[in-house]
Amino acid sequence: MSDHELRVSKIRDGTVIDHVEGGQALNVLAILGIDGSEGLGVSVGMNVPSDRLGRKDLVKVEGRELSQSEVDVLSLIAPEATINIVREFEVVEKNRVTRPDRVAGVLSCPNRNCITNADEPVETRFEVVADGVRCDYCSTVLRSDIADHIDV
Amino acid sequence: MRQDHLITATQLSRDDIEAVLDRAREVAADPEAYADRHAGTMLALCFFEPSTRTRMSFDSAAKRLGIDTIDMGDVDSSSVSKGESLADTVRVIEGYADSIVLRHPSEGAATLAAEFVDVPVINAGDGAGQHPSQTLLDLHTIRENHGLDDLTVGIMGDLKYGRTVHSLATALTNFDARQHFISPESLRLPRSVRFDLHETGAQVREHDDLEAVLPELDVLYVTRIQKERFPDENEYHRVAGEYRIDADTLEAAPDDLTVMHPLPRVDEIAPDVDDTDHARYFEQAHNGIPVRMALLDTLLENAEADEGMEVDR
Repeated sequence: MSDHELRVSKIRDGTVIDHVEGGQALNVLAILGIDGSEGLGVSVGMNVPSDRLGRKDLVKVEGRELSQSEVDVLSLIAPEATINIVREFEVVEKNRVTRPDRVAGVLSCPNRNCITNADEPVETRFEVVADGVRCDYCSTVLRSDIADHIDV
Repeated sequence: MRQDHLITATQLSRDDIEAVLDRAREVAADPEAYADRHAGTMLALCFFEPSTRTRMSFDSAAKRLGIDTIDMGDVDSSSVSKGESLADTVRVIEGYADSIVLRHPSEGAATLAAEFVDVPVINAGDGAGQHPSQTLLDLHTIRENHGLDDLTVGIMGDLKYGRTVHSLATALTNFDARQHFISPESLRLPRSVRFDLHETGAQVREHDDLEAVLPELDVLYVTRIQKERFPDENEYHRVAGEYRIDADTLEAAPDDLTVMHPLPRVDEIAPDVDDTDHARYFEQAHNGIPVRMALLDTLLENAEADEGMEVDR
């Protein structure tokens, strides 16, 4: 796929998150806590043609490499995503995301009555289940709206 | 039962349940044999929510094992009202007692408490979450009346917020039990409980009213529908009235139907049911003593065994 088709320019140093399910790019940015105010160079492609996914989104972030916890949550909303680390315009590392068994400290529990929402000295912890995540404390199951509960 | 704490019914296998219930039978048959078994130990009763029967039941069960109890008292008069976290509270209390019984208004409170202390924690109700010691006494009552296999159980009332329902429904999946869930649409089982039932392959059969399933049931477990769950009082009265049973309702029931209720009841079981052979809810409440004795005995025994292992190392 050429740059012309992608309508997104190359980056010098940073991360390219490719093969994101169509429509999820803005949620990817939410996971990364990027809203533009931090001054990072960000390019977003949405619903661009993809051999593997039909339509895909992609996100390029200049000057930022992802942490493991960010990649873990990313895997929940973009299980097919590839993470490319770019240095000096070259892809130096290319990784697929893998679904972890648990995600800790990244999501907040949507159950307002969960003990993790009560100023206790604990990180939230969710078990990754077939079609979502489940709070280790109150057992609440979170499915389609994971991106709304990202707390990084 | 090889567990350090009792937090949810999902942690209990059939073997775990049967081991506690076997011991409860032994306790009931010969309470004297258990009288001083844990003399010199201390149980902390930490109730962050009002409770009469569960608190007294644990207190009585502990004392019958020779265990002394200390009670946190009402939340209003404790340091919790000064804003102390639960994690701090239980870490302090761990220094005062050899086991902790905890009731708390937030779901997941007992899970959190167990992460911060080494002494056994028993969940005596966490918000709309779980109430597994109630489930053990419920199962004991069912077992003594019907056995625990080839069983058809109807669970009726507030299935959404009823923590006794959540624990019981999950625990019953260990046995050959068909479960029918009878409730208004707005109070059906929550997603978290459905998830556990589906995981075990259990079928969730839901009904708007009792009539169709009543003739099939061995056990009818009734729970209270609370007024505060409804935005409008008229709606509450209309719905609650539909899930009320009396002696006439039970005319259509099998002769050996057992009617249970975690108590307190308000008016969901009419007093005329008390005089029928179906009523087992007072027996059920009394079973709290041998079952909680068996539970405390088991957990303290496990804790002592763990300590022994640490000394050996």
